[in-house]
Amino acid sequence: MNQESQQPSSRGSATELVRAGLKRRYAREKRFRLYGLTAIFGSLAFLAVLIISITVRGLPAFQQTFIQLDVTLDAGTLGLTDNPDNAALLKANYNGVIKKALLASFPDVKKRNDKKALYKLMSKGAQYDLQRKLIADPELIGQSKTYWLPAGDDANGYMKGIVDTTLPEKKRRFKDNQIAWVETLKSEKRIAQRFNKTFFERGDSREPEMAGIRGALFGSILTLFVTLMLSFPVAVAAAIYLEEFAPKNKWTDLIEVNINNLAAVPSIVFGLLGLAVFINFFHLPRSAPLVGGLVLSLMTLPTIIISSRAALKSVPPSIRDAALGLGASRLQVVFHHVLPLALPGILTGTIIGMAQALGETAPLLMIGMVAFIVDVPTSLTDPATVLPVQIFQWADLPEKGFVERTSAAIMVLLAFLIAMNAFAVMLRRKFERKW
Amino acid sequence: MNLRTIASSTYAAIVAASVTASLAASGVASAQNARDQISIVGSSTVYPFATVVAERFGQTTEFKTPKIESTGSGGGMKLFCNGVGVGHPDVTNSSRRIKQSEYDNCQANGVTEIIEVLIGYDGIAIANSSSGDQLSLTLAEVFLALGKNVPNPDGSEALIENPYTRWNEINADLPDAAIEVLGPPPTSGTRDAFAELALEGGCNTFDWIAALAKSDKDNYKEICHTMREDGAYIEAGENDNLIVQKLEANPDALGIFGFSFLDQNSDIVQASMIDDVEPSFESISDGSYPVSRPLYFYVKKAHIGVIPGIAEYLEEFTSEAAWGEEGYLADKGMIPLNDDERHTAADDVAALKPMSPLN
Repeated sequence: MNQESQQPSSRGSATELVRAGLKRRYAREKRFRLYGLTAIFGSLAFLAVLIISITVRGLPAFQQTFIQLDVTLDAGTLGLTDNPDNAALLKANYNGVIKKALLASFPDVKKRNDKKALYKLMSKGAQYDLQRKLIADPELIGQSKTYWLPAGDDANGYMKGIVDTTLPEKKRRFKDNQIAWVETLKSEKRIAQRFNKTFFERGDSREPEMAGIRGALFGSILTLFVTLMLSFPVAVAAAIYLEEFAPKNKWTDLIEVNINNLAAVPSIVFGLLGLAVFINFFHLPRSAPLVGGLVLSLMTLPTIIISSRAALKSVPPSIRDAALGLGASRLQVVFHHVLPLALPGILTGTIIGMAQALGETAPLLMIGMVAFIVDVPTSLTDPATVLPVQIFQWADLPEKGFVERTSAAIMVLLAFLIAMNAFAVMLRRKFERKW
Repeated sequence: MNLRTIASSTYAAIVAASVTASLAASGVASAQNARDQISIVGSSTVYPFATVVAERFGQTTEFKTPKIESTGSGGGMKLFCNGVGVGHPDVTNSSRRIKQSEYDNCQANGVTEIIEVLIGYDGIAIANSSSGDQLSLTLAEVFLALGKNVPNPDGSEALIENPYTRWNEINADLPDAAIEVLGPPPTSGTRDAFAELALEGGCNTFDWIAALAKSDKDNYKEICHTMREDGAYIEAGENDNLIVQKLEANPDALGIFGFSFLDQNSDIVQASMIDDVEPSFESISDGSYPVSRPLYFYVKKAHIGVIPGIAEYLEEFTSEAAWGEEGYLADKGMIPLNDDERHTAADDVAALKPMSPLN
């Protein structure tokens, strides 16, 4: 306490007064700190619960059960003639050879119902695996070989311990005889869990074993590429003009108010706008990442403009004055001095906008990007979907295998987001200037 | 990289963007002129079945896998009837038959020849957790439990606000448990179908309400389609998986969802019997289970031969391997048509016979 500055006459009473309240004031501060800490730890705990529950659920999706079968690709069962063309190879009866191989492994299975149950051990996608192998190498026709083929959803669930075997058989999808077969395979080491490459190599599918994230991931990348290419330069140009060049009058005020309002418009409205303008008027193709990117850049523009303007505003006027004083033109002032200094802030705003765009589904619903698309998109006009849409669609399907895939897709989305943010942080570090 | 180059490259990027934008607007407009992929829209109920066919079609032929958007039956019809041309979808799925107004809209927009295909049925199950007892309900009891306004229990022909809070108040044989039913929100097609089939069915067991259907249709619909809002019916979202999970956590609650979810989760939930019939492939197929609806898809005939693969897609969908009794659609929970219906339908489709105007 600074005693010299105190008035001697009021000294005693003032000190008394302060002292009386001192304890309360300290307590108040302590309480406030405690609130703050609770808030931080509370939100950290929520985040931890979220991430842990997603990881626990999603991790099994990175493993897939495979069954080893001795398959004979004989032309008779496949229904192929000599020198089959591509169409015939595509349509051949691969299921037939798989069924034969299964029956050969379990020769005791004779009854029709048992056979059907046995066939269900294999994924419906196993035939397409064989199909791809045969098309890649037609020489395989007639040969016997050992293949590891994907197991069906129920068998996969059993191997991962999801099936509750204590329930009475009637209530289980996975029956006692199927369990016995899987146990036999297990003892013969012909069933195993392996890394699920399919999940990263393929597009969507209605069979959980065959469903992959690649289509949605590429869709997201293409869409965000268009969004970034359009919204970043346009938004920065708009911000520079409004902040550095525009006269202050009614018109610029009006524009400013509108930009602020646009940032708060629900995203579905941009979807409707995109449908009306890009698809119905310009006749761009539905479901294309190009249209998705256009719509999302409309949505992110206001966000980037607002944060870019704030970043430009925070550059000290002395920088501008000094540059002008040394004879720089206004364009030179902006591009040589102000913009480089504001760039870290602009990048932060951009990344917030892009993250928002990455997680958006509502506007994409209107332009047809909420769709079942199997082929991985390779160009801006190919039909595509995006990661959050894929998550939404998988969450809605009845097969159990999609539950773990939904969580796995969320993990991929989060990883994408973190990579994007890390890149922005890296750029910001590089350009950051302190004064 | 120094700051100056960054700034000047930003400048260049701004110029590039304006070029890109004008390119996007003009150049790509021509990309639509050729489409080599079937475009399908429509019902979210048919979606899980149509996607299986589409995927198989894409895998086993040289055509591209059709693109399927889940827009809902009504939304799909609107897109479908908008016109003929590559910009418009080729097929729309529907969990109900096309309406007169939609048919007229189609005709007005030049979509004159439409091929209608009835593909099968979907049941709606009322189920609870397997750890509880199986219930046996009648449609009348379902209506009394879920209607907003129900007939006065004293027998007079008057409506009162739903007074029932426990099942045994409706019927002494039912368990002494609170009425708690989880189901889809009003935006869902499942909810529409449930109201139409289950609640209306229950409504019609009261003669004086059934009589209203002719004399005062609006009032009849109001009575029979309005679900109670006092907390006994809980809107649990469009996601049927979520309802199944909630049932598992709450053994006293009942849930309303599609048959395919029941089929896939038979270890967690059990279906209640409705009018003494349990939902199963057989009972839905022969019509004895009362809460089931037909599934359709509609094809634009003008697009066949223009968009490659439509005829082949139809062939795949109507093949025995797909929609037959042992087909892969049945594996996914779709209830197949009976043999005769299937054969006539397959013949009609093979002949590309357009539907005749509705009455």
